[in-house]
Amino acid sequence: MSRGRDYLEVRGLTVDFDGFKAVDGVDLTLLQGRLHFLIGPNGAGKTTLVDALTGLVPGTGLARYGAHDLLGLKPHRIVRAGVGRTFQTATVFEELSVLQNLDIAGGVHRRAWQLALPRRGVPAYVDDALDAIGLGDLRDRPAGVLAHGQKQWLEIGMLLVQDARVMLLDEPVAGMSAEEREATGELLQRIGRERTIVVIEHDMEFVRRFADTVTVMHAGRVLTEGTVAEVQADERVQEVYLGRTTDAVGVDPEAVAAEAAGEGA
Amino acid sequence: MSAARRTPLATALRGWGGLLGIALLALALLVVAPAVLSDFRLGNLGKYCCWAIAAVGIGLAWGRGGMLVMGQGVFFGIGGYAMAMHLKLEAAGPGNVPDFMQLYGDGTMPGWWEPFRSGAFTLVAIVVLPALVALVLGYAILKRRVRGAYFAILNQALAVTFATLLVATIKQTGGFNGLNSFPTFFGYNLYDPVNKQMIYSIAAGLLIACLLVVWHLGRSRFGELLVATRDAEERVRFLGHDPANIKLVAFVAAAVMASIGGAMFAPIAGIISPSDVNAAASILLIAGVALGGRASLLGPALGAIAVGYGQSALSESFPNHWSYFQGALFIVVILLIPAGLASLPPRLWAALPRRGRTRKAATA
Amino acid sequence: MESFTTPLLTGTSTGAILLIAALGLALTFGQMGVINMAHGEFLMAGAYTTYLTQQVVSSADVSVLLAIPVAFLVAGLLGLALEAGIIRWMYHRPLDTLLVTVGVGMVLQQLAKDLFGAQGDPVREPGWLQGNLTVLGYHWPYTRMFTIVLAVVALGGLAALLKRTRFGRQIRATVQNRDLAETMGISTRRVDRITFFVGSGLAGVGGVAVALASGTNPTLGTSYIIPAFLVVVAGGLGQLRGTVLAAWLVGVVTAFLTDWFSGSTAQVITFALVVVFLQVRPQGLFTVRTRGLA
Repeated sequence: MSRGRDYLEVRGLTVDFDGFKAVDGVDLTLLQGRLHFLIGPNGAGKTTLVDALTGLVPGTGLARYGAHDLLGLKPHRIVRAGVGRTFQTATVFEELSVLQNLDIAGGVHRRAWQLALPRRGVPAYVDDALDAIGLGDLRDRPAGVLAHGQKQWLEIGMLLVQDARVMLLDEPVAGMSAEEREATGELLQRIGRERTIVVIEHDMEFVRRFADTVTVMHAGRVLTEGTVAEVQADERVQEVYLGRTTDAVGVDPEAVAAEAAGEGA
Repeated sequence: MSAARRTPLATALRGWGGLLGIALLALALLVVAPAVLSDFRLGNLGKYCCWAIAAVGIGLAWGRGGMLVMGQGVFFGIGGYAMAMHLKLEAAGPGNVPDFMQLYGDGTMPGWWEPFRSGAFTLVAIVVLPALVALVLGYAILKRRVRGAYFAILNQALAVTFATLLVATIKQTGGFNGLNSFPTFFGYNLYDPVNKQMIYSIAAGLLIACLLVVWHLGRSRFGELLVATRDAEERVRFLGHDPANIKLVAFVAAAVMASIGGAMFAPIAGIISPSDVNAAASILLIAGVALGGRASLLGPALGAIAVGYGQSALSESFPNHWSYFQGALFIVVILLIPAGLASLPPRLWAALPRRGRTRKAATA
Repeated sequence: MESFTTPLLTGTSTGAILLIAALGLALTFGQMGVINMAHGEFLMAGAYTTYLTQQVVSSADVSVLLAIPVAFLVAGLLGLALEAGIIRWMYHRPLDTLLVTVGVGMVLQQLAKDLFGAQGDPVREPGWLQGNLTVLGYHWPYTRMFTIVLAVVALGGLAALLKRTRFGRQIRATVQNRDLAETMGISTRRVDRITFFVGSGLAGVGGVAVALASGTNPTLGTSYIIPAFLVVVAGGLGQLRGTVLAAWLVGVVTAFLTDWFSGSTAQVITFALVVVFLQVRPQGLFTVRTRGLA
């Protein structure tokens, strides 16, 4: 176990859409070797946070990973720096085979000129990823025929091939059966030992089962952070999930955010 | 599992099938055609081959890369004019000035013509010049994520601008008449049928070479990435690639191929003029690629040859109606068979055994 | 001073024609994502309508005014036919639509050549447009002023249609969110058809201005279509003011460059300027937030 050797540090991350702050001064420290879950009601800013960390929307603040500030990098540079993501709707290349999908993600292992060469054999990193996601039997099927859950696994496999040290997964188990969720959770636990994994999730059952750390977001801010038990015990979280906003009960959002940040540190 | 085992074999076969197709085309163009066609017809086929070379590049950029390159006439023209300038200087002889400059101008030659006296410089320029222009322009456009229709319009605007510039510079480029009457090609007399056949063979050989390049790229990881970029540009970003770079490579390759086509066109047709490189000429190239099948290997080349043949045949018999045919070609092909004629045989192939199966099922 | 005011006025009136053409393009492109390359030929149809109107109504004073609504109708109906016959089958393939309309443009051009001959026909200017308006010693030809007025009227009419009428609200709703508009009971098919009619009709009106400026010609569309598209590109989508400013700038800048250098050099520089401009503002002058480059 090498927990904490590698981490992603987010400080004061803000995403401003024409005056609407979808993400508002978020502080997070994401450590390696734990399964981090990011939860919160719809519109809390979870996906926007991930979008900002992966260069899809511009954000201000700091997102330090190793020597890089991710906020200043273009999407493909962020990937090259070791930060990968999946999308809510699995986006794999439907006409390419499972193997080709994994292979095409292996750009970090190749120099540009090597792209001009045809593929010969299966590189070890592709084979390893194929084993990890358990799609070995389907390796030559076009990705378009895969079941929804299998596509999500394929995307995770592509992140493995990319050598992503930080994986940001946007609702990976949505629409999966109970067994598939279980398998996904175990997969994440296995690959998560040497990686920093952040999962956006709505399914509380799944969160309870697999989360090491939970961050609750609401209205663009971090509401609270802790273990599953700690978070569940937090009254503000219950309020948010019951549909009463912090403003409605007269709590100053600034104070809540400051408090949450204090707890997180 | 049987499907799993069959697919790589089919993929491999498809790869080699492409090579077989290229070999058959090489046989037809390099062995059969010179044996059966008259010198005149062979010369015409040579012109179509030059368009086909440009079309192969368009197939790469448009068919596989999704960039509608509507201004390839510019690159065709760069190669064509570079070659034509050299041939004019060769005809004028060392130290002399091309004839048209004495006719239209004061008999002095602009300095930028001078290096084209060298055959070696000209050959290098035919490859390097279009690559540089495409690199600069492509970088400026693609890096700013200009794509789709905007990309196409900017390309066509470039072709319009290029042709206008050529027409206006009569003293430097021959203006509306372009550059014509080349007696020799690198020392070979162009009135000798044997030499004409040799030049035809060079053009056909270059076409085969370009097809081999595209065949190879299609099997490479780059080919996969290019198609992936066409279908899901944003997704490719999250594989750690800048899609602009991938497209840029295809754009530059297409430009170089168009330039090579133009360079061979000048000596074969005996002329290169603004009407060979303007927006209309660029669109005619697109028509061939669309007809043959933009994303297929041989489709663009065969389509360009067919359109070239159709144009000469139809404008011989109905001089005023070629525009109607060309317009109708666009409408019918793009509307009804967007993947071109190349998509028809596989579709028929797929339809046939299924009909057989259902019939069997019905009788059983 | 003359060397400054003349290109300014020439450029402004060229910009006015570009504006009328670009308004229609921007409307159909913004609304349906359709690039209509036959738009230039609709302009040509408007010019020939002006010519034909003059054959029927011999008084040039009346015929030009009469030609404006007729040209709008003729070009609009051409657009409607194009939409109903071809474009509606391929909304999911915008780039292919571009190519199909290239084909339609070729057919229309050849048709004009066959009907009216390859040479252009002159259009007589009405008496009330002859002469110059003289202000402070500078001469402002009435025909150019008329073109500018026509553009202002077309712009005002379109703006009123979009902002004040129910149909305009439907267009804007469809542009912003087609699916949502549909669920709200807007027939987007009908909106598409009428948008195409109006957009193409505007090209017809532009054709009247072209006919007055330079007569008719089967190929006149080709010389306007690319600049008009550059205006749409530079102006950005979804905002009329971007199109107006871009049209005026392209017109005036080209006029000044033509004055200083030559027509072809001016064209090269204008093209380079548009590419450079896209480096700075890839979204055009003004844009609705959610719309990037297609």
